[in-house]
Amino acid sequence: MESRPVVDAMLSLAGVNTHIGQYHILHGVDFEVPRGGLTMLLGRNGAGKTTCLRTVMGLWKASAGAIRYDGRDVTRTPTPELARLGIAYVPENMGIFAGLTVAENFTLAARAGRPDDARLDWIFGLFPAMKKFWHALAGNLSGGQKQMLAISRAIVEPRKLLLVDEPTKGLAPAIIGNMIEAFRELKRTDTTILVVEQNFHFARSLGDAVAVMDSGRIVHTGAMQALAGDEALQQRLLGLSLDAHQ
Amino acid sequence: MSESLARPRIDWIPLALIAGIALGVMPLVGSVPTWVTLTVAGLAMGMMIFIMASGLTLVFGLMDVMNFAHGALISVGAYAAASVLIAMKPAMQSGDVLANLSAIAPAVLAAMLLAGGLGLFFERVVIRPVYGDHLKQILVTMGGLIVCEQLIHVVWGPDLIPLPKPGSFSGAVLLGDAAIERYRLLAVAVGLAVFAAMWLVLNRTRLGLLIRAGVENPEMVESLGYRIRRLFVGVFVAGSALAGLGGVMWAMYQESVNAQMGMQMMVVIFIVIIIGGLGSVGGCFAGALLVGLVANYTGYVAPKLALGSNILLMVLVLLWRPRGLYPVGSK
Repeated sequence: MESRPVVDAMLSLAGVNTHIGQYHILHGVDFEVPRGGLTMLLGRNGAGKTTCLRTVMGLWKASAGAIRYDGRDVTRTPTPELARLGIAYVPENMGIFAGLTVAENFTLAARAGRPDDARLDWIFGLFPAMKKFWHALAGNLSGGQKQMLAISRAIVEPRKLLLVDEPTKGLAPAIIGNMIEAFRELKRTDTTILVVEQNFHFARSLGDAVAVMDSGRIVHTGAMQALAGDEALQQRLLGLSLDAHQ
Repeated sequence: MSESLARPRIDWIPLALIAGIALGVMPLVGSVPTWVTLTVAGLAMGMMIFIMASGLTLVFGLMDVMNFAHGALISVGAYAAASVLIAMKPAMQSGDVLANLSAIAPAVLAAMLLAGGLGLFFERVVIRPVYGDHLKQILVTMGGLIVCEQLIHVVWGPDLIPLPKPGSFSGAVLLGDAAIERYRLLAVAVGLAVFAAMWLVLNRTRLGLLIRAGVENPEMVESLGYRIRRLFVGVFVAGSALAGLGGVMWAMYQESVNAQMGMQMMVVIFIVIIIGGLGSVGGCFAGALLVGLVANYTGYVAPKLALGSNILLMVLVLLWRPRGLYPVGSK
């Protein structure tokens, strides 16, 4: 495994194991997410990427190992406390509240009580559909709009770490293009971002660092640029040719 | 932007169905005064069922807990109120509304406090260890129901206790040729007040927003930084207190209390929350009115069908809307 220690890690996992019922999903996961950048977590289906994010978020408890976030051990920290410490999470199913309006989804995410107007304007600039459908029921939005809502809700207040699980899943190419632009804008903020992704084109466009999982273990870490430029490595780690995912 | 996407709109179809059934059955009843009497009786019964069921639907929707002991909370509330009402019998039997209310208010308070307190104990001790396991929930809450009924026998005795009806709410008022029991009008008013209060809390407060979101996706509510367990406890206690209030209303309607009265209502309560859509207070309200009206109309028009009318109604509603009249999230 190619690995190098990260000097200033926002998030680090050391020997993390996770069991779900009788199933042993994560087998000693070790990797670090550098502060300030966008790290991609890649891997085939069933590699353990989603379990990894859910374990970081405290939704599934690590059975062994340690998770450190912003300098503190958060291995046993409950999910609400992690959110208050500045971690935002966008799950694979987006987790929007379909029976609430877009406005109500934002209001819940703004723990100060009401979303800040300047922040909202910034979000509306990233995702204009959110302004357009402000009073619409979230359940009535299209798949792409729901994903925009899920991401914009996560950043309705400044967060230190944003965890996003497969933001391009099921989205049309044009919407994915919008997402890439939005994430580029997000990267200009102080937020550290960890994205689980299967779309290599998306990953290559945005990722600064990359970690690849297989069978519940990290099998590669390094710079995204290095992986994007090494087709043989992609084939070995992900079983794909970049050309097929342009 | 299409109009349907612009703003969430009330789904009027189930409400129109209720009105349609009420109006459609009028020719079958044959007499307008009888129809008015049956309709008010059905609405009153629906309101009382709603009060008893509303807490359970929130608990079911938010916490995914099948609490069969909800019936015990209804009985305990009724007994607590009975103790107060019997002690204040002269005030209850007075024809003065204020005197009646001076007895009913502390009785309701006692019922809601005792049922709420018992609900808190239940959530902490009985239900907490079995979150996420429906089979165990059924077993432990059924066990809790039986234990509570036996404890009622120990505290209040095994016999049925007659209750005085409030003097000013006894008898009937005449609306044209239709006789309407005064107590049923009170039940309708209390039911509407409870529904309005719940609607305001759920739709106009941040707490309500959290509850509605929690019913849909509790895990995501936690991920946004809210301690869902605290919300669970609060909703469970509030739902239990509402069961106590429902017990008082039902006991005064029946003019007696017995330990099984809550359990006897559980089948119809479950039918109402399933018809309404699990976790939906609005659905629970519409479902309770539907059940109350259909039971009354069927009892008059086709008495032989009365016993199975609720089940038949549930089958028909679920064939039409498999997730209930007002489905919530993925429930």
